[in-house]
Amino acid sequence: MKFAIQINEGPFTHQAADTAYQFTKAALANGHEIFRVFFYHDGVNNGTMYGVPPIDDRNVQQMWSELAEEHDLDLVVCVAAAQRRGIMDEDESKRHGKGAANIAPKFRISGLGQLIEAGIQADRLLVFGD
Amino acid sequence: MSDTKKFVYINRKAPYGTVYALESLEVVLIGAAFEQEVQLVFVDDGVYQLTKGQDTDGIGMKNFSKTYSALGDYDVNQIYVDEQSLKDRGLTMDDLQELTYEDEDDDWAEKSSMKLVNREQLADLISDADVLLNF
Repeated sequence: MKFAIQINEGPFTHQAADTAYQFTKAALANGHEIFRVFFYHDGVNNGTMYGVPPIDDRNVQQMWSELAEEHDLDLVVCVAAAQRRGIMDEDESKRHGKGAANIAPKFRISGLGQLIEAGIQADRLLVFGD
Repeated sequence: MSDTKKFVYINRKAPYGTVYALESLEVVLIGAAFEQEVQLVFVDDGVYQLTKGQDTDGIGMKNFSKTYSALGDYDVNQIYVDEQSLKDRGLTMDDLQELTYEDEDDDWAEKSSMKLVNREQLADLISDADVLLNF
């Protein structure tokens, strides 16, 4: 089956991103396709490369980057939600006169149209978060 | 499966206090360009999103309530309000903005986009959805 994933909460406060990660991993292991993972609301905070959790805790952001690397996942951060919360790639950072980009490896910034397209293209869109 | 799907947006939260209502509306407006069938449901505290006379001056938040009246221009004209949620909060349809659209099949007559639904109808709406987005 072709799944699309939407994540609406950031890392750590809610378990939503962890659950979405576990689901995505299990789906891939069982031969399913992940069309796209779309990060919305505070979910965009999963895409910052500056998270440094304690060494004995999981690093949710890094888990996503590694999974995406392994399976060539399309991790999309909503641009409007990201701008509100200060998640930026090089282009965005320059355009808004900020000092540096902070988006994590394998994440990309794009529009809400990517979420709608995922809803259209996937057999199921699964939403994680409040 | 055809390329047209039924997108149902369930709006469950008050307009302020969390960002979900505002960011739901942003998805709906962007999604309108994709020519899918779109239905909006307002349930639980979500019914407060449509109340008339919102004034956010005292809380320093952007008042985005006027944006709902533009939905008709985006061909978003199937808006369902849960009757029980209104009742539980001492509200009636009179407390809500009147959202309308112009019906191109009826000489652009202005018609109401809003429908009151009971829980059974709501369950049917949800089970008929292809894509269900909760906010």
